[in-house]
Amino acid sequence: MRNLIFASLVSVFSFTATLAIAAGPSSKLDTVDIDLTDKASLQRGAHTFMNYCLSCHSASLMRYNRMAKDLGLTEAQVLQNLMFTTDKVGDTMQIAMRAEDAKRWFGVAPPDLSVIARARGTDWLYTYLRTFYLDDSRPMGTNNLAFQDVGMPHILWEQQGYTSLNDSGQLHLTSEGQLTPRQYDAMSRDLVNFLAYISEPSKLQRLALGKWVLLYLAFFFVIAYALKKAYWKDVH
Amino acid sequence: MLKSVGFYRQSQDIDVLLDSLLNNISGDLHLMSNSIDTSKRRFLSAAASVVGGAGVVAVAIPFVSSIAPSAKAEAAGAPVQIDISQLEPGQLLTVEWRGKPVWVFRRSAEVLKDLASLTSELRDPQSQQEQQPAYAQNETRSIREDLMVMVGICTHLGCSPTYRPEIAPNDLGADWKGGFFCPCHGSRFDLAGRVYQGVPAPTNLEVPPYHFQGDNTVIVGEDAQGAA
Amino acid sequence: MSMMDWIDARFPATKMWKEHLSEYYAPKNFNFWYFFGSLALLILVLQIVTGIFLTMNYKPDAELAFASVEYIMRDVQWGWLIRYLHSTGASAFFIVIYLHMFRGLLYGSYKQPRELVWIFGMLLYVVLMAEAFMGYLLPWGQMSYWGAQVIISLFGALPVIGEDLALWIRGDYVVADATLNRFFAFHVIALPIVLLGLVVAHILALHEVGSNNPDGIEIKQTKDKNGKPLDGIPFHPYYSVKDLVGVVVFLFVFSLVLFYMPEFGGWFLEKDNFVPADPLKTPEHIVPLWYFTPFYAILRAVPDKLMGVIAMGLAIVMLFLLPWLDRSKTRSIRYRGPYFRTALTIFVISFVALGYLGTQPATSLYTLLAQIFTVLYFAFFILMPVYTKLDKDKPVPERVTYK
Repeated sequence: MRNLIFASLVSVFSFTATLAIAAGPSSKLDTVDIDLTDKASLQRGAHTFMNYCLSCHSASLMRYNRMAKDLGLTEAQVLQNLMFTTDKVGDTMQIAMRAEDAKRWFGVAPPDLSVIARARGTDWLYTYLRTFYLDDSRPMGTNNLAFQDVGMPHILWEQQGYTSLNDSGQLHLTSEGQLTPRQYDAMSRDLVNFLAYISEPSKLQRLALGKWVLLYLAFFFVIAYALKKAYWKDVH
Repeated sequence: MLKSVGFYRQSQDIDVLLDSLLNNISGDLHLMSNSIDTSKRRFLSAAASVVGGAGVVAVAIPFVSSIAPSAKAEAAGAPVQIDISQLEPGQLLTVEWRGKPVWVFRRSAEVLKDLASLTSELRDPQSQQEQQPAYAQNETRSIREDLMVMVGICTHLGCSPTYRPEIAPNDLGADWKGGFFCPCHGSRFDLAGRVYQGVPAPTNLEVPPYHFQGDNTVIVGEDAQGAA
Repeated sequence: MSMMDWIDARFPATKMWKEHLSEYYAPKNFNFWYFFGSLALLILVLQIVTGIFLTMNYKPDAELAFASVEYIMRDVQWGWLIRYLHSTGASAFFIVIYLHMFRGLLYGSYKQPRELVWIFGMLLYVVLMAEAFMGYLLPWGQMSYWGAQVIISLFGALPVIGEDLALWIRGDYVVADATLNRFFAFHVIALPIVLLGLVVAHILALHEVGSNNPDGIEIKQTKDKNGKPLDGIPFHPYYSVKDLVGVVVFLFVFSLVLFYMPEFGGWFLEKDNFVPADPLKTPEHIVPLWYFTPFYAILRAVPDKLMGVIAMGLAIVMLFLLPWLDRSKTRSIRYRGPYFRTALTIFVISFVALGYLGTQPATSLYTLLAQIFTVLYFAFFILMPVYTKLDKDKPVPERVTYK
């Protein structure tokens, strides 16, 4: 019996693991290690986000003051360096561009990025940010390996430079940007880290609380089990 | 196939599994309360009740606090800035703070003189009750004598009184020196928000936390040191 | 006169306490499988409590619903915990219910005289599926939206009235605001009331006939001189303290998921449901929630739309008929013959396999497999009167086996 339970638990977990992989997108993604406790990285990511993403993409479910608190910044710092669209720190990250205009310009309205990391996954975002390549057939002149025929132009071209796709399907840098490829990868990682953070701001809180709950239940189990034993002693 | 279903037969109690895991712990408890069964049961029942009860209380905390104002409500209740450079004596400005009307108005020298003369007719002329921050607990219930800031909600049942600055109008009587009149139940307040005697409202109107930024800006909802 | 006497003269408090707890004699040989009834009750309470608090901030409006869920996750104090409790609770509910039902199959708990216990339980299962389905629309993500669209379209398969019926259920030409609003009403009040009523009926019916046990023996047949079953023990305190252990173990596993993997690899919270509903764009793979996938696989296995819907419905109807399909006098698997043991094993494998296939794209190989397992699923029920009659059951002892 005991073996059976154990075996079925193991098989259930490994089963879901393979399913999760099977359900993923078909093209190969680069993996990224994100770290929500790395506040410096999150702050750099926030900086990139506010400067390059937030003109077209909103994060309308995320408040500036919440970000300030979680990223270890003062409200004054956020107000001065990271807020360009509003002057109230309690506001959410909105944009001035109207969805209808955006649709006319890019073909689709740029999606809100509040929960994009939960919808797409961090590996996808990391790959997406790094695999824009020159493609004359596209209206913006660029295409993307992770998102075929994407409407968004390569916003970070100044940093990355431009890459082209060769015959064997590999990307290679054709004009250099301000950053080395390694620096650009780091910048992308910080941005993905920030996107992961805003997609679930309470995640660190959740993980921290989990330990205590499990500890409590383990302790309660000892008492409950001893109580059960004490009563069941007289059942023969 | 038949062999693989053999496990049905051995569906023994999960106790066996737990026993092997927990032998040591329950062994200790055995020593503690020797052979008197009921006292051991009573002890463990009490322990389970206390620990379980603590768990239930802990679980209740998130539920209870989820009803408190959310980050959105707090953001909407943030301090508001008011420009008072254009405010003439006698003129009243109504602004919204935390969804409530807040009045900002300027008082003339005559009004200030009248305020001092009303003492005997008021319920709490010295503002003993805590209806204002400490820095507004004075004769005029304000930081600057001429500029009054208060919440425009009657302390009786939450209506918003009307501003009646005129002297001795017909409907309010010859003694009226200007003030606020609540249309719901007839409560009267002077131009410092102090309640008259003999009306239903129990206390003076509330003065919110506020401070000045330079000469011409009031920040309502925040003391000079920081958030209220 | 004590306070309790005063109450008892006016309300049967002590009588009910005795009837259902302190003098309800349950067999002493309950095993692991008998935890899941009380766990199901625990989850029901959890879902109702968390649900009440979620309704305080959720907005059943197509324009606002998606953002209001994220508002709960961010702006409401502890909202994330309440929401995860509810979303994890939904999946946990089905895990527990499936194990509870499997217990019924193992030990013949549906058999005479417990047919009504089983019928009420099956009704609970069906209403719970409706409850879960409607609740899943509320976050108004892409999966919510397209899942609802597909399932409601099934009604369109019915001849003559089908299309009109689907239109009437939606209240619009596609799943829309009206659908969301009415699903909300059903999810938060109508169906929970039905569920609570059925739970009472399920428990009353059980306590009327008494619990079955892993040996499938009626403990009421061997009583002591006071008329108490020799193999029975009062539910309280014995099973209340035992179930408490089960509850703590369950909560441990539950918390593990809740705090460390609330999406459970996309199976409890799907990735596509973090994209707001878009009536103009279907996600690449729409998969129903994992607890519906066995029936979804049966639906897809049948190449005809109407027949597929009928097969899916019959798959559930068959479960209702179980007490009358089983012709064996023996209840417990412990004393059943090889035919039933084999049949049950094949059935469980088929059910799990169908559940897996329901999550996969319908390739020709997978469709063929789904068809094979669908046949096996139905064979379990349709052939049951034959193989249970022919089976060589072992003699059942008079007293339960304990330790």
